[in-house]
Amino acid sequence: MRYTNTASITPKTLLSRNGLKANSLKGVHQHMDVVFLSRLQFAMTSMFHWTFVPLTLGLSVLLASMEIRYAFTGNELYLKMTKFWGKLFVINFVLGVVTGITLEFQFGMNWAEYSKYAGDIFGGPLALETLLTFFLESVFIGVWIFGWEKLSKKAHAVVIALVALGATLSAFWILVANAWMQHPVGYAIRNNRIELVDFGALITNPVAWLKFGHATTSGYALAAFFVMGVSAYHLLKKNQAEFFLKSFKTGAVFALLSSALMIGIGDFHAAEVARTQPSKFAAMESVWDTGTHVAYYTFLVPDPENERNRFEGPKIPSLVSFLAFNTADAEIKGLKDFPRNERPPVHMTFWSFRLMVGIGFAMLLLSFLAVLYTYRKTLERHPRFLMLLILSILLPYLGGQLGWIVAEVGRQPWIVYGIMKTSQGISTNVSTAQVYTSFIGLGLLYTSLAVIDIYLLTKFAKKGPDKDVSVFLKTTSEHTR
Amino acid sequence: MWVVYFLLDGFVLGAGMLYPFLAKDSHDKKILLKTIGPVWDGNEVWLIMVGAGTFAVFPAAYALLFSYLYPVFLLLLFALIVRGVSIEFREELFVRGWRKTWDGVFVLSSFLPAFLFGVLFGNLFLGLPFDAIGYHGSFLRLLNGYSLLMGALFVLLFLVHGSLYASLKITGPLTHTALHTARRIWIPLVAVMAIVLVLTSFTTRLGDSYRTSYALITVPLLAVLALIAIRMFLAAKKPFMAFVSSSAVILFFMTSGFIGLFPNLIPSSIDASHNLTAYNASASPYALKIMLITSFIFFPLVIGYTIWAYYVFRERIKAEEVSDETSSGY
Repeated sequence: MRYTNTASITPKTLLSRNGLKANSLKGVHQHMDVVFLSRLQFAMTSMFHWTFVPLTLGLSVLLASMEIRYAFTGNELYLKMTKFWGKLFVINFVLGVVTGITLEFQFGMNWAEYSKYAGDIFGGPLALETLLTFFLESVFIGVWIFGWEKLSKKAHAVVIALVALGATLSAFWILVANAWMQHPVGYAIRNNRIELVDFGALITNPVAWLKFGHATTSGYALAAFFVMGVSAYHLLKKNQAEFFLKSFKTGAVFALLSSALMIGIGDFHAAEVARTQPSKFAAMESVWDTGTHVAYYTFLVPDPENERNRFEGPKIPSLVSFLAFNTADAEIKGLKDFPRNERPPVHMTFWSFRLMVGIGFAMLLLSFLAVLYTYRKTLERHPRFLMLLILSILLPYLGGQLGWIVAEVGRQPWIVYGIMKTSQGISTNVSTAQVYTSFIGLGLLYTSLAVIDIYLLTKFAKKGPDKDVSVFLKTTSEHTR
Repeated sequence: MWVVYFLLDGFVLGAGMLYPFLAKDSHDKKILLKTIGPVWDGNEVWLIMVGAGTFAVFPAAYALLFSYLYPVFLLLLFALIVRGVSIEFREELFVRGWRKTWDGVFVLSSFLPAFLFGVLFGNLFLGLPFDAIGYHGSFLRLLNGYSLLMGALFVLLFLVHGSLYASLKITGPLTHTALHTARRIWIPLVAVMAIVLVLTSFTTRLGDSYRTSYALITVPLLAVLALIAIRMFLAAKKPFMAFVSSSAVILFFMTSGFIGLFPNLIPSSIDASHNLTAYNASASPYALKIMLITSFIFFPLVIGYTIWAYYVFRERIKAEEVSDETSSGY
């Protein structure tokens, strides 16, 4: 006995089925409302999630490096650093965790048809993410926060390293899942659903690895800019200069390395998009006509209604072709060659991509200058630069959001690229009223959480490290002796 | 996995509901919070594991359950988000009213999941109203008498479980308060459990599984025996064994429920031919094989380091160790 509801569902019949069920324009209209609101809700909840998570990702690695240096050198400055930045880490950490639960629940709550149709392949990475990484991260974060007096110096440093490992690896598994939606591999369509046939192909999906590299380095860069910005604030105030110079240096080096890697991997990633998701790539560069030697316009304004660009600034010949396929005579498929209903929203994809790239290079430049001034020991002679770095905390946050807009909006109208449309993935029994309620409720809750988070982070970041850590030092040294 | 989650988060939820009532002052509250501080996050991951595991192994059941019970999962989501935040943020500030607010939020957000899980399983035992067309239920229909009683059962069970756990992790007079509370809540727990067991055998189809093999009745019987054992061990002043017993109640009660449901995952209350079963809702054999292999490797590892974490915090929390300073671990 097959579950008959599933049996009747194929991507092609799904929309008409919903239409039949509703059997009126109003019904179709309501279906679109649910789709629209569910998309909006997913966008909102994942954007909030990606506000908190990159700091967790990057700061856990920085903390591990600080505490390992403390464990091996015994230099108490590193301990003080671990404590101060660890405090900010802990405030932020919990929000990454709880906003992650929403994302898992939403696949079933709002996207039931997608979960049913693709769950055989999509559920696996989510389960593995939990089993292999969430447990690691969550069990050891508890030990780390409460275990200062229970563990030796080295064991305690290993614990934060395991938290960092868990955080980074969890990004891998969720990006395996996301990459499969972008570039489906290792599957077969049978039994009226998508079934997994090659687990190896799933986890060696090049898109997954490129996304993993790009997203984690962007998280590392974000945390590094966070550390630099907060340190810059205290350096300007001439508060605990030794402590914040050391922190700044760690942040600057880490920011330069991760920004450079982020841009490098991002370049490969964009080239992979050109191969695997030509409609997204065409929207990213706003290319309308198929051709070889496609030029890169340093400035342009897309005009999707008339299928052209309203304004095109100075161009660099053949650069788009070259960037995508490393050769000038490579053919780029233009948006006109995709049916109108299979094109992503061009404005959003194009502008987000341009702005993200700009922010990436700005981050590279800023972190290069930061490293330069640090090693020349002239940092304190550049107060304007320090001021700029405080504001620049926002840059990687913005860049990360824009990057996800390119990835997710650029994939539209597909939920699984080329296989299933987003509108086909919606839960069929959920009403507009229900999604309104959840959207508004989650929106209010998340906004208040973000306000509290920012308030607490700012408060403790401004306060600076405790001047006197001797109370704590005594207990640790007694313990390790 | 449900069982492990309830065993572990059961006492966190229970302690969460109780702690402002057990505590005389803010110092007591800190001690009680410290019993769950290091472990709540790891315990909650078992719930994420239940969700993701169901998604991977029974995708159709996952999709159906979460979308049909949209309001239930939404409330659950709110509670879980707020609970996690209140545990962590409560300690950050000394502003007037700040902690009081988070205390209230924490109690409510510990109560709500316990109650909702009861309602959820009550409705699973009864079956959900769906057929070929779709779902015909509503949120209010989920709150039927039987499910509300199940909700009460879960709350009471977790309260006892939580106060027993707390009594094991603390010292001094607070220990007695916790044990006394466990004793008092035990009485309504027994009453509600009795009604639930009787109602379950008459109003649900769970009894059918037991009629196929009478030997299976030992499982619910063990749950009842464990329930009685809690009181006996409390009288004998053996709180650890009482905690083991309350764990056994959860283990055997949930197992009884799953035996009763089997092979169904989500039975339909209006058309049995649409029951979602372990066979028709499962993932493909290949995907299941991958999950099985990885589970065999990694679950022992997870359980291993979880036990280690509990071992690190094995000592009872001494009252004088907990200062009134801000912040959790610093």
